[in-house]
Amino acid sequence: MLLILLGVPLFGAVALVFLGDRKYAPEINILGSAATFAAGLGLALEVYFQGPMLAGGKFFFVDAFNLYLAVLTSFVSMTTAIFSRRYMRREREHGRVGHRRIRFYHAMFQLFIFAMLLCLLTNNVGVLWIAMELATLSTVLLVSLYRTPTAIEAAWKYFLLCGVGIAQALFGTVLLYFAAEKVLGEGGEALLWTNLNAVSGKLEPTVLSLAFVFLMVGYGTKVGLVPLHNWLPDAHSEGPTPISAVLSGLLLNIALYALVRCKVLVDGSTQTHHAGDIMMGFGLMSLLVAAFSLLRQKDIKRMFSYSSIEHMGIATFAFGLGGPIATFGALLHMLVHSLAKSAIFFTVGHASQMHRTQEMAKIKGLFKGNPLVGWGLMFGVLAIVGMPPFGIFTSEFLILTATIKDAPLWTPFLLLGLGVAFAALLRRVQPMVAGDVPLNQKPMKIANIPVMLHMALVLIIGIYIPDFLNQWFHTAVELLK
Amino acid sequence: MDLNTAAQINSFLAALVLLTAFGMLVQKRIYGLIHLFAWQGLFLAINTAIVGYVADKHHLYISSLLTLSLKVGLLPYILHLLIHRLKIHKEVETVINIPMTMLIGIVLVIFSYHLMAPVTELSTLITRSTLAIALATVMIGLLMMITRRHAVTQIIGFLALENGLFFAATSATYGMPLVVELGVALDVLIAAFIFGIFFFHIHTTFDSLDVEQMVRLREEDVDD
Amino acid sequence: MNLIPYMIELLQVITLLTVAPALVGWIRMLKCWSQGRMSAGLLQPYRDLFKLFAKDIVLAENASWIFRFTPYLVFGTGILAGGIIPILSIDLPLAPTADVIVIVALFAIARFFTALAGMDIGTAFGGMGSSREMMIASLAEPAILMAIFTVSLTNKSTSLSQIVHVIYSGQSVLRPSLAFAFLAFILIALAETGRIPVDNPATHLELTMIHEAMILEYSGRHLALVEWAGMMKLSLFVMLGIASFAPWGIAARGSFIAIPSALLFMVLKLGIVGVLIVLIETGLAKMRLFRLTEFLGAAFLLATLGMLSYFMLD
Repeated sequence: MLLILLGVPLFGAVALVFLGDRKYAPEINILGSAATFAAGLGLALEVYFQGPMLAGGKFFFVDAFNLYLAVLTSFVSMTTAIFSRRYMRREREHGRVGHRRIRFYHAMFQLFIFAMLLCLLTNNVGVLWIAMELATLSTVLLVSLYRTPTAIEAAWKYFLLCGVGIAQALFGTVLLYFAAEKVLGEGGEALLWTNLNAVSGKLEPTVLSLAFVFLMVGYGTKVGLVPLHNWLPDAHSEGPTPISAVLSGLLLNIALYALVRCKVLVDGSTQTHHAGDIMMGFGLMSLLVAAFSLLRQKDIKRMFSYSSIEHMGIATFAFGLGGPIATFGALLHMLVHSLAKSAIFFTVGHASQMHRTQEMAKIKGLFKGNPLVGWGLMFGVLAIVGMPPFGIFTSEFLILTATIKDAPLWTPFLLLGLGVAFAALLRRVQPMVAGDVPLNQKPMKIANIPVMLHMALVLIIGIYIPDFLNQWFHTAVELLK
Repeated sequence: MDLNTAAQINSFLAALVLLTAFGMLVQKRIYGLIHLFAWQGLFLAINTAIVGYVADKHHLYISSLLTLSLKVGLLPYILHLLIHRLKIHKEVETVINIPMTMLIGIVLVIFSYHLMAPVTELSTLITRSTLAIALATVMIGLLMMITRRHAVTQIIGFLALENGLFFAATSATYGMPLVVELGVALDVLIAAFIFGIFFFHIHTTFDSLDVEQMVRLREEDVDD
Repeated sequence: MNLIPYMIELLQVITLLTVAPALVGWIRMLKCWSQGRMSAGLLQPYRDLFKLFAKDIVLAENASWIFRFTPYLVFGTGILAGGIIPILSIDLPLAPTADVIVIVALFAIARFFTALAGMDIGTAFGGMGSSREMMIASLAEPAILMAIFTVSLTNKSTSLSQIVHVIYSGQSVLRPSLAFAFLAFILIALAETGRIPVDNPATHLELTMIHEAMILEYSGRHLALVEWAGMMKLSLFVMLGIASFAPWGIAARGSFIAIPSALLFMVLKLGIVGVLIVLIETGLAKMRLFRLTEFLGAAFLLATLGMLSYFMLD
C-alpha cells in the first residue's frame, strides 16, 4: 500500500513528461492524484487497525503524525489537480504558458507530490533532507513558469534562499548523525528516526543543541519563519495559482513536520525546554511581522502568502509550547489551514484570472460577477481569520487556552497578532467582493468542487471533529511528548 | 600510512581547501573562480580518498569518485559552457571592497572554530580538527553569495557551500551513509541543471546577469 | 671566558657586510641574463660603493641633523640585526638580548628615520616616497608580525636561535600553519625590501618610486651607507626567512669546525633565493599603488590563516 502511495506519483511524473501537453493531460494528473489519495486512505486504514508500522526494512515509518499529514497531502493535491485542470486551461487560452511548459508543469506537479510524500514517510533523517530538497527543486522552475521579470526574480530568490537554508539543515543533520553514531554505531541505522527516538536520552546534549540551531535555521527557512521568510511572499505569489496553493498549503506543513520531529529528539536529549522556547520565539515573531505586513500588501496572492507565514508562525509557536492541548491545537491548525488556504488560493486564482490582474485595487464585484468565487473567497477569509464556526477558530482557541495556562505572558502578543491579521484581511476582502463588476468582464467556468469541498470540510471540522480524527490527533500528541 | 601522517596530510588538505575558499572570496575574474572551485573539489576528493583508505571505509572511495567527477569535472565544465554561451563579462563587481571581505572572512573562521569547539572535543576521529574548517568554508560560501552581484558568482558561492557541507560530513563522521551521499549528489546535480536553465532565463529576460537588476519585488510603501 | 662565540658573531657581521652587495649583484646579473642583456658583473655593487665613498657630500641648505644622522642609523640597525639573526650559527652572544619582534622593530626604526629624512629637505619626491612607504609599512607590519607569531607559536619561542633549535629537533615538518606563514612571509618580504611587484628598485620615475624617492637627495658616503643598508636589508630578510623556515646548515654549536660548511650552505641558499627572486621579478609586473592594499591584505590574510590553522589544526 505504501509502495502504491509513493509509486503512483513517481510513475505519473514520468508519464507526464511525455504526455503532459496532450488534451487529456490534466485528467491524467487528476487520476494520478486520486489514486494517490486512495492509496493514502488505504494506508490510513491499515495503520488505524494495526498501529504504527515500519516498512521497507525500516526505511519507511508510518505513525499517526506523518500519516495524517500524508493523507492531507494526497487529498489537497487531488483537489488542486482538479482545480488546476480548469485553471491551466484558461491560462493556456490567455497565452501565458505554451505547450512545452504545460508538459513540464504537469510532470513537476507529480514529482513534487512524490517528493512530499517521501519526505513524510521516510524513516531516515538524511532521506528526509534529500526529499525536502527535491521538493524545493521541483517547484523552483514552476515559480518562474510565466517568465516575467518578477517571476524569475521570485524563483531566483526562492532557489538561493531555500538552498542556503536547506544547506544549514544538512549541516544540522551531519551533526545529528555525529551524535547518533556514538550511540547507535555507524551506517544507515543511526539515521533512522525510530532508533534515534528510542535513544534520545543518550545523545550528547551539546551537540544536539548545536544541531538543532542549524536545523531550525534550515527547516525554519522552508517553513517561512521570520526573519528567513523573504522568499515566501515572492515565490507564492508569482507562480501559477495551483502551485501557490500546494506550496502554501502543503510544503510549509511538511517543513514544520521535519522541524517538530527534530524538536522531539532534541528535547529528549537535552531535557530542557530550550528547543521549544526557540520555536515559540520564532513563531511569535513570524505571527507579528506577518500580521503587520498584511496591512501593506497590494497584491492579492502576496497578501495571502503573508497570511500563510502568520499561520505557520502560530503553529510553530504552539508546537514549541508543547503539552497536550497546544499540540492538539497545532495539529488541527495544520489541517484546517491547509484546507482553508488552498481554498482561498483557488478562489483567488479564478478571481485574478477573471480580472486579469493580481492587484487588489483592481479586483471588484465578485459577488455579482461570479457568486461562487465571491462567496468562496468571503468564507475562506472568514475561516482563515479565525471566525467561528470554522475550524481555525477551534485550533486558535485551543492554542490560546494552552498559552494562557502555560505561558501567560505571551498571550497578549498572540492576541495582538491575531487581531491585526483579522482586521487587515477583512479590510482588504470587503472591497473585492462587494461593488459592481468591472466592464468587459466575461463570465467563465470555474472549478466548483475543490473550493466547496474544502470549505465544507473546514466548516465540519469546526463544528464537530470526527472520532477517528480525534483519536488520530491524540495518538500523535502522545508521540510528540 | 600511519594515523599521524594521515592526520597531518588531512590537516594540510583542509588548509588548502580553506585557502581556495578565501581565494574565491577575493577573486574577481570568473574563470579564476571556476578554476579555484575545481581545485577545491580536487583537494576534497583527495582528502576523502585518504580518509577512506586510513579508516577503512570503502564507501568513501565512491564518495571521492563522485566528488571528482561532479565537482572537478562536470560542474566546472557546465559553468564554462554557460559563460561561453551567454558571453558574460569576465569580471565581477563586489558589494564591499576586497580587504574588508577578507577581514570578515577571517572573523567567520574564528567564529566557526569557536562554534565547533564542543563537537571537536567529543570526536574521536582523525579528522576531527577539520570540522571547524568545514563550517568556515560553508560560511565563506555564504559570504560570497552575499557580497557578489553576479548570478554566476552567487551560484559558485552556493556550490562552495555544498563543498563545505560535504567536507563537514567527512570530517565529523567519516561520511554519511552512502544512500544519503548519493541523494545529496543527485540533488546537487539537479540543482546544477536548474541553475543552468535559470541563467538562460535571467539572461533572456534581463539581458545581463547582474542580480542588482532583480529588485522589483520589494515591499512597497502604502499609499492608500 | 669562551671567546669563540664572540668571534663567530664578528665573523657573521663581516660576512653579512661582504655578502649583501654580492647578493644584489647576483640578482642583477640573473636579471640581465634572463632579459638577454650583458650584465655588469657580480662585483658591480662593490665598485659602486667604493665610488660613492670616495665622493663628496652635497647637502641641501635646510637639511637638519636627521638627514645627516639617518644613514648611520640605518646602517647601524642593519649591523645590529645581522648580529641577532642566525646566519652562520645559532650560538650567538647577542641572541638572548633580542628576539624576532625586536628585529621587526629595528627595521621599523630604520624605515621611520628614512621616511623622516625623505621629508626633511622639503622636496616633493621625498614627501611622496615617504607617504607611500608609510602606507606600505602600515599594512605590512601587522602581516609580518602575524607571520612571525605563527612561527613562534609553532616553535614555542620568539627567539630566533630557539626557533632554529626547535626545527633542528625535527618536530614540525608538514604543518599547514607554517606553509601559510611562509607564503605570507614571501609576500611581506617583497613589500619590505621594495622588489617588484611592490616597488621597482631600479626606477627613478616619479610615478613608480617608493624607496628610491626617499633617498633621492643623498650623495657621497651618505648614499653609500644607505645603499649598503638597503642591500643588507634584502639579505637580512632572506636570512630571516631561511632561519625561520629552512635553517638546515646553520651551525648548531659555537665552534669553528661547523663554520665553513655553514658558510657554504649560506652561499648556496642565497644563490637559490636569488634565482627565485629573479623569477618573481621577471614574471610579475609592478602593481598599481592602490592595488597594494589588496596585495598586503592577502599577505595579512595568509598570515592570519596560518595562525588560525595552528590553533584549529595542530
